[in-house]
Amino acid sequence: MRPLRAAPALTLILMLGPVAAGLLGTLAPALGVLPALGGVRPGLTPFDTLLHWPGLPRAVGLSLGTGLAATAISLAVVVLFVAGWQGGRAMRGLERLLAPLLSVPHAAAAFGIAFLIAPSGWVARALSPWATGWDRPPDLLIVQDPWGVAMVAGLVAKEVPFLLLMTLAALPQARPVQRMGVARALGYGPVTGWLKAVFPAVYAQIRLPVYAVLAYSMSVVDVAIILGPNTPPPLAVQVVRWMADPDLSMRFTASAGAVLQLVLVVGALALWHLGERLAGATGRRWATGGARRHGDGALRALGLGAVTLAGLAVVAGLAGLAVWSVAGFWAFPDALPGGLSLRHWGAQAPALADTAGRTVWIAGAATALAMALVLACLEAEHRFGLTPGARSLWLLYAPLLVPQVAFLPGVQTLALMGGVNVGMGAVILGHLVFVLPYVFLSLAAPWRAWDRRYATVAAALGAGPGRIFWTVRLPMLAAPVLTAAAVGFAVSVGQYLPTLLIGGGRVQTLTTEAVALASGGDRRVIGVTALMQTGVVVLGFALALALPRVIARNRRGLRPE
Amino acid sequence: MTLIARLAALAALLAPPAALAEPDPADWDAVLAEARGQTVYWNAWGGATATNAFIRWAGDTVEARFGVTVEHVKLSDTGDAVSRVLAEKTAGKDTGGAIDLIWINGANFAAMKEAGLLFGPWAEELPNWRYVDVAGKPAVTSDFTVPTEGLEAPWAMAQVVFYHDTARLPDPPRTMAALLDWARAHPGRFTFPQPPDFLGSTFLKQALYGVVDDPDLLQQPVEMADYAAVTAPLWVFLDELTPQLWRSGRAYPQTGPRQIQLMADGEIDLAISFSPGEASTAIANGQLPDTVRTYVLEGGTIGNASFVAIPYNATAKAGAMVLADFLLSPEAQARAQDPDVLGYGTVLAMDKLSEADRARFAALDLGIATLSPEDLGPALPEPHPSWMTRLQDDWIARYGVAD
Repeated sequence: MRPLRAAPALTLILMLGPVAAGLLGTLAPALGVLPALGGVRPGLTPFDTLLHWPGLPRAVGLSLGTGLAATAISLAVVVLFVAGWQGGRAMRGLERLLAPLLSVPHAAAAFGIAFLIAPSGWVARALSPWATGWDRPPDLLIVQDPWGVAMVAGLVAKEVPFLLLMTLAALPQARPVQRMGVARALGYGPVTGWLKAVFPAVYAQIRLPVYAVLAYSMSVVDVAIILGPNTPPPLAVQVVRWMADPDLSMRFTASAGAVLQLVLVVGALALWHLGERLAGATGRRWATGGARRHGDGALRALGLGAVTLAGLAVVAGLAGLAVWSVAGFWAFPDALPGGLSLRHWGAQAPALADTAGRTVWIAGAATALAMALVLACLEAEHRFGLTPGARSLWLLYAPLLVPQVAFLPGVQTLALMGGVNVGMGAVILGHLVFVLPYVFLSLAAPWRAWDRRYATVAAALGAGPGRIFWTVRLPMLAAPVLTAAAVGFAVSVGQYLPTLLIGGGRVQTLTTEAVALASGGDRRVIGVTALMQTGVVVLGFALALALPRVIARNRRGLRPE
Repeated sequence: MTLIARLAALAALLAPPAALAEPDPADWDAVLAEARGQTVYWNAWGGATATNAFIRWAGDTVEARFGVTVEHVKLSDTGDAVSRVLAEKTAGKDTGGAIDLIWINGANFAAMKEAGLLFGPWAEELPNWRYVDVAGKPAVTSDFTVPTEGLEAPWAMAQVVFYHDTARLPDPPRTMAALLDWARAHPGRFTFPQPPDFLGSTFLKQALYGVVDDPDLLQQPVEMADYAAVTAPLWVFLDELTPQLWRSGRAYPQTGPRQIQLMADGEIDLAISFSPGEASTAIANGQLPDTVRTYVLEGGTIGNASFVAIPYNATAKAGAMVLADFLLSPEAQARAQDPDVLGYGTVLAMDKLSEADRARFAALDLGIATLSPEDLGPALPEPHPSWMTRLQDDWIARYGVAD
């Protein structure tokens, strides 16, 4: 039983080791120490250079503004939708759509949305020239607008499915049916009642995922490059630019910028936390105020509309890219390409097949490792009562809360110093850092919600803890375990910076290929790679849905409805 | 065998293998022998499908002929490769590096050369170097005025051209002044990649050539000139041009090839390119309408060469040299010049080639949108890299963070 007892500690070390080491590796150059470039004496020059960059105030403002706005809007949309439609048919329909929506990589979704809303995009094409009179696209600044509105929209479209998944996973613990029963009996409207009675309990559960969304939205690079402003860009994008600057001394500025990015994220989290307090105080007064209805019908419609719009944006954007991937020349304002051709698939797919295989292998290995560790932690919790406190949950979240640009370059340097050879192994371990928190998040709630009386019965029949785990608990929880695995798989497939930096460019996945090919801006190629990326992840989710049905083919009580 | 002899033999076995002695291109047979079985990780920008296909072809050919496997590491930015070598040097990884060959030029080369991150000299000892047009194309040994000193081998010539859709813009502006007038009359129909993208920065240098009195000044480091006075007319020009740009200069395409999509979408009418054959290749790929043509400005446009360099800690140096030498072969050069493949200019001198090899080039149909070498005219030399750095910084301060 010893190894099992050590599982939580081992997991934390695997998570936090790289983050802490990477932060050190970023902090040193930020303070002027980088021997390979002749930086040996610590000083504050890098920060001085950073503060003199004329774009800094706007870049910082953008980072904060877009991050907070995207998080607040995503959360509001999810809450309104769940409040209005919990248990309804719309909800079940959307649950089925969630997996494919989650599978679309951020960059692919952003490209798709860019093609939808640009002045030369699909919407404008569909309405031109008969409705708009445009035979040329108008010179309108929609994509890459200076306020980052398009970027926020793109982030919301991708974060809503994630928050929805997390909310649905947390919902049963809040006992929504009972709470709503009481609220409705007292005459509360569906949305008002949900917000007053269920939301506080649910929010406590999804708080860390919300923080992760905030940290991610503030430091996102790929979506920001495609949809965000560039004069100047948000801070994280600028840090990546400095990292790639031919003038090697800019590496110092980049590190200082990365440290500032970390400070910003921490500050924004603190701000959000303050907002939680304020909302909590006002919310309590509001909840005890007794008002039964606040335009519940309109709120329900708003929630459904917003979720539908977010889903449609991703799906239609991907459909647009799919059409592009088989398009011949496609001029504005034609709504469809003049000719179709498979030559881009013919040219790209064979070369990408190997890459797809490698991507699946890396994601599979990282997910398997993460799953083993998470199950060991959860089982240790079950057997020895090693319940992680709120603090260690925070630690588990560290890789999601600390911006990638703030610690990955440091990880790279340290991996090299430690003599770690670039290769699949290092990349798999690098992915593990990001996959594990998501797997833990997805699995912890259903795992803990399992009825322990089954274990008691099994033990009474003479089964040891190992046998209970393998033959009772695991098969009964096969569905959530596989869903968590699919989420982890999707996270691994989507990793760009960790793959590039830790793999030294030698380990190429569909995502690194997609980003490199996307820099050319050819929508046909982007379409091919985006569909392949999405396809791999969708396969993972499809397996996760199909396997439990097979496993439980003769266990009616376990079969998902 | 005495104990000492045994120990010596053991030490010889355990010691870093003799391969640590760097491959010497003067002994080409030895290089070929060492290269066989090696895998070369070629780090090259991966944003253009045409380039990727060419690299795949070169890799397949080199594998079939010399037993050298080539892996194309597709970069979204050459700076990533420079960062990688730098990170390896930081960590003291002076052998067994992850990168064997980098597609590079200009500021990235200058930075790597200065930081001692490159292996060499080797390029001028390659067997196919004898065909290179050193006299006629000074850019092959002077990368943005920085002497290459055999640290990188050229493989393609590039020259600035502009492309326009004759269906919408039959008579494009041929001087910077005319460009400004045209932009005033047609606001929102011209843009350039956002500096520090190298093509965007090249537009700035091209514009500087258009307004500067003494172009020779640009060949020296920027510190040697009165920068403010020399560039003052450029900023006047850009102050007037920027509000007339696509999206009023509040957004820019992030890379050169993005302009192809903008042109195909009808968003812009005029774009800059660093590859005389790019438009023809894009037409052949269905990315541009076949009404697109290219032209150069009066007074000439900037030209430079693309190179490949080997990092100081590369693992497969011999293999990298074999690949670089193959890229210089008349066969590979003729293929790269074919607009159906790449449309890149050759670095070779026609009069140094055999009759048969000359025929390969003569047989090429350069494509409907590609200018003949005569129409391209002489290339203007790249300014010293320090000009590019200063222009970029100033552009960013003035326009890049304006919103």
